[in-house]
Amino acid sequence: MTDTSLTGQTGLTVLDPTAEGRAAERELTDRAETLDGLTIGLLDISKPRGNVFLDRLEEHLVRIGAGVERYAKPTFTKPAPVDLRHEIATTCDAVIEALAD
Amino acid sequence: MFDRGWTDGLPVVPPTEDRVERMLTGTSRNPADLVAVVPPDLVDCTVEKVAINAVMAGCRPEHLPVVLTALEAVCTDDFNMHGVLATTMSVGPVLVVSGPITGQIGMNHGINVLGHGNRANSTIGRAVQLVVRNVGGGAPGGIDRATLGHMGKQGFCFAEDTAGSPWTSLSEERGSGPGQNTVTAFAGEGPHILMDQKSRSADSLTRMLANALLGSVSSRVVMGIDAMLVLSPEHMARYRDAGWGRSRFADELAGHLMVDADSILVGAGAIEEGLPQDFAGMSLPKFRPGGLLVVHAGGPAGLFSAIIGGWVNGPTGSEPVTKEITP
Repeated sequence: MTDTSLTGQTGLTVLDPTAEGRAAERELTDRAETLDGLTIGLLDISKPRGNVFLDRLEEHLVRIGAGVERYAKPTFTKPAPVDLRHEIATTCDAVIEALAD
Repeated sequence: MFDRGWTDGLPVVPPTEDRVERMLTGTSRNPADLVAVVPPDLVDCTVEKVAINAVMAGCRPEHLPVVLTALEAVCTDDFNMHGVLATTMSVGPVLVVSGPITGQIGMNHGINVLGHGNRANSTIGRAVQLVVRNVGGGAPGGIDRATLGHMGKQGFCFAEDTAGSPWTSLSEERGSGPGQNTVTAFAGEGPHILMDQKSRSADSLTRMLANALLGSVSSRVVMGIDAMLVLSPEHMARYRDAGWGRSRFADELAGHLMVDADSILVGAGAIEEGLPQDFAGMSLPKFRPGGLLVVHAGGPAGLFSAIIGGWVNGPTGSEPVTKEITP
């Protein structure tokens, strides 16, 4: 795509170096009023000591009546696989992802 | 263009239609051809988009085939550019160009090889990074989360000195034919220098290199992170004189890169970083097989080599990728 908007400032018309796309905008899902009775996914990205953080979170969540499902990415270096994201989305009401170190 | 987020912070050459058309004369590929799907946004990138960014980086048309191939290399699943961006570790694509094309397009493999001052070296890597930023959406502070980064992330590209080396090239070591033009992409930090001005024997220098390599990235990490060793001509002379080939060097070096796991366990030496106790009593290699990439390059004088530490290796991180350059 030719970008002429710089022409007035610089006398130059340049080509667009970007993907020329726009990020899809999605509505946030409704926020839960309470966690009581909900299923919360805890996603460990597989960095050291992520389990320490998530174990504590699980204790708190169970104490206030939430159900917990634990998940882990195969590796912290890559995005979570589509199948894993799908499983979390279809099983859980909300998800908490743990960074660590 | 800076205000639009199109640059790496330095001035760029405005990509006018004329300049982009001229850039496209450097390749036989069709401008509309797909080059790669660029992470992190996984965007289809055409030859024309690469040419636009190559103009901005300051490339000449004859550099374009190298830029195209380098982009293909870093956009493979093996290289895992998404992870290289997203990690807080300070790595970026390190591009080693091998073969006759390096001379044909005026690349530097000599004095200041890892530094500035050569147009091809300076702009090819920059063009790749601009594509990752502009097309892929991988900008610092966005998906690029490096804690520190390094100046090589502006673009880190250099030529392998094959003619001046008695060894097979890195490119051949990685499966290419002699005289083939290739780019090898490695996820690496900035270089740091190893000084050894007194070793006159291959054995002594090898021990010294091993000492430095044991500390690459972290002295408490073994096998999980690769490294690149840029061996300078005067250091290479020790091996030439001793009649050591690449494989002899690799074998001897590997012998000095075995680590007593007890010395790097959690708590050893009052240091909390380290291996779990499960590894107690073991002897472990610093690098996995093939995890040390050795390149010959540098100026003719100076008893220095350079170590470029890597990132998490293998299927869970980044594999070095070598690709043949096509016109």
